[in-house]
Amino acid sequence: MEPVKKITAQAIPLNRRDVDTDQIIPAKYLKLVERTGFGRFLFDSWRKDESFVLNDPAYAQAQVLIAGPNFGCGSSREHAPWALEDYGFKAIIAPSFADIFRNNSAKIGLLLVTLRPDEVEILMTRAEEKPDSKLVVDLETQTVGIVGEDWTFHFDIDPFVRHCLLNGLDDISLTLAHADSISTFEKQRPGFLPSTVA
Amino acid sequence: MAEPRTLSEKIWESHVVKREPGQPDLLYVDLHLVHEVTSAQAFEGLRMAGRKVRRPELTVATVDHNVPTENRDKEWPDPLSIQQVAVLDKNVTDFGVMYFGVNDPRQGIVHVIGPEQGMSQPGMTIVCGDSHTSTHGAFGALAIGIGTSEVEHVLATQTLPQARPQTMSIEVTGELPAGVVAKDVTLAIIRKIGVGGGIGHVIEYRGDTIWNLSMEGRMTLCNMSIEGGARAGMVAPDDKTFAYLEGRPYSPKGKEWEAALDYWRTLPTDEGAKFDKIVTLAAAGIAPSVTWGTTPAQSVDVTDRIPDPDSFDDAGAREVGWRALTYMDLKPGTAIEDVHLDRVFIGSCTNSRIEDLRLAAAVARGYKVASSVRAIVVPGSGLVKAQAEQEGLDKIFTEAGFEWRDAGCSMCLGMNPDFLLPGERCASTSNRNFEGRQGPGGRTHLVSPEMAAAAAIEGHFVDIRNWRRN
Repeated sequence: MEPVKKITAQAIPLNRRDVDTDQIIPAKYLKLVERTGFGRFLFDSWRKDESFVLNDPAYAQAQVLIAGPNFGCGSSREHAPWALEDYGFKAIIAPSFADIFRNNSAKIGLLLVTLRPDEVEILMTRAEEKPDSKLVVDLETQTVGIVGEDWTFHFDIDPFVRHCLLNGLDDISLTLAHADSISTFEKQRPGFLPSTVA
Repeated sequence: MAEPRTLSEKIWESHVVKREPGQPDLLYVDLHLVHEVTSAQAFEGLRMAGRKVRRPELTVATVDHNVPTENRDKEWPDPLSIQQVAVLDKNVTDFGVMYFGVNDPRQGIVHVIGPEQGMSQPGMTIVCGDSHTSTHGAFGALAIGIGTSEVEHVLATQTLPQARPQTMSIEVTGELPAGVVAKDVTLAIIRKIGVGGGIGHVIEYRGDTIWNLSMEGRMTLCNMSIEGGARAGMVAPDDKTFAYLEGRPYSPKGKEWEAALDYWRTLPTDEGAKFDKIVTLAAAGIAPSVTWGTTPAQSVDVTDRIPDPDSFDDAGAREVGWRALTYMDLKPGTAIEDVHLDRVFIGSCTNSRIEDLRLAAAVARGYKVASSVRAIVVPGSGLVKAQAEQEGLDKIFTEAGFEWRDAGCSMCLGMNPDFLLPGERCASTSNRNFEGRQGPGGRTHLVSPEMAAAAAIEGHFVDIRNWRRN
C-alpha cells in the first residue's frame, strides 16, 4: 500500500446521502477477478445522465469526492473503494460512512475524512460554486482546508488507521508478527467448535 | 462479582488474541464462509505473498451470487460468471478448503448453508465477504461482513483486527398481529432507526416478540441489520436455538454437545448490562410493510399511501424522497394496494429458507399467478429445495404458475441471469431496494414472503391480513 500523507486537489461535490455500493459499482461488474480496472464502471448508471457531476469537465482533475451522510452503505464489495481509487480519487469527505466501506477503504489507502454536516456543507457549496478551488487534505495534521485560505477544519480518525495510512503498512504482515499469540489462542479453543474438512 | 456484560461483549472478550493500546483488538475467527465474488483477489493475494490458508478446516466455500437458477447443466450465458466460478473451483483445490460446488446437493446461499449445516453456533465469531453475514447472529454468534482485503487477512491469519463496536439494544415486545412476520418487524425497525442508525453498533434484538420468532424468523431479522447500518445483529441463544442445532451435520455430538450447551447457556446478556443505545418497539404497532422508495427505510404499511416527500421535516429526506419517487415512477397519494407489478421474486438470504417457502405456499395454494406477472421461487439451498419438494411445496408453486428454480442469490442482486428489465416493477422478499439493485432501471418493493405470494396472484399489493386461504 502506498503511504497517504497530504492530498492537494480539486473536489467533486456529490450532494447525495446514503450513496450505496450498488450505485458506486453495480453487481454486474463484480465478475472480474483482478483488483484493477474498476474505475471505468464507477457510478455506472448515474454517469449515463449527462448532467451527473462526474461528467462535468470542470471537475476533470478532481481527486477528492465530497458526499452526503452514510456514504458506502449496503454491500461489502471492496470493488467500491477499488473503483473510486482506480478512477483517481484519493480521499472522500462526508459526514458519515458505512462501517464495512470504512474498513475496506482503509485497507487500500483510500482516505475517508469525516467532518461535521455543516463543515461538509461549506466544502460542498464551495466545490459547486468554484470548481477550480483546490482542497488540501492533510492526514498528518488531520485538517482539511482550501489552497490560498487561512482556515482549516479538523477531522478525527482512528489513530491506528492513520498510522497504517501514513506508513503504507500491510496489516497481514503486522498480524503475522503475532503468530505466537494466535497459536497460543488456538490451543485453548473448546473442542466442540465446528471443524470442516476438505 | 464481575461487571454485567452483553452477549456481544462476552463473545468479543473471549476471542481477543491480542490487545494493544491504540490498536484495534485482534479477534480470532471461528468460521470463515467464502463465496466466489469477494474471494478471487484474496486468494490471489495469498499466492503472490507465498502464504497459505492458516486453518482450512475453519473455512467453507460455496457458489451463490453468479450461478444460474435454471438450465445449469447447459452452457451458462455469461463467460465472466463461468470464469469467476472456475477461479473458486481452482482456489479451493489449491488451498484445501471444503467446498459446496455447483453440483453438490448442499450448494446454496452462503448464509443459508452455514445454519443448515449446524456450522453457525452460539458464541462463535463468523465472518464472510458479504454484508449479510449478520444473518448468523440469529444463533447468538458475532457475525460480521467484511471486504476482500479482510477476507485475505482471515485466510492468512484466521484473525481479524477490529475496532470495538458500540452496543445497541432493540427491544420488541408484545404479540405480533396476524399476518405480520419477521420481515415486517425488520422493515419497521429500519423505518424507525434509519439506514444509518446502526452505524458503529452491534444490535442485540431482545424482548418477547423476538424470543417468539422461529429460528428462520430470527435469521430474517438479523440478516437485515446491515440495512440499518449495523456492524452485526444478534439474538441470545435459547432452547429454540439448541433444538434447531441438535443433530445437524456440524453440530457438536455426545459429550461435546453437553459441553457446548453448558457454554451456550452462559452467553445471554447479564441482568443490568448496559447498552450504548436503546430502541424499543411495540409489536402491536407493526403491520405488513412495503417499501416505496430506494432505501429499506422508505417503507409504509400496506394500507397506507405513497407519502408526499414535501411533508417530510428534513430537507435531505425531502430530496431523497423525491429522487426515489422519480426513480420508482410513483406519485404521492397512490394507495399501496394500487401499485401493480410485473415480477415477483421469492428468495434471497433474507427469505429463502423452508419456513419462508411454507408461508408463501400456504398463500399461493389453489390460486393462479396473475397473467401480467412473472413470478419465481428460488430456494436458499439445494437441501431447502429437496425439503420443499418432499413437502410438495414445489407442486403448489408450479400449479399456481410460479417458476421453481435451483438455489442461489438469483434476482436479489442482478449478477446472474435473473434480473429485472429497465422499468420493471418487482415485489421482492430480498433485502435491498437500491436503484438498479435487481437490474439497471428495475424497481424493487421489499415485502415478506406471504405478501409477495399474494401480490403475484393479484397482480398488485394486497393486505395479507384479508387473504382467503384455500
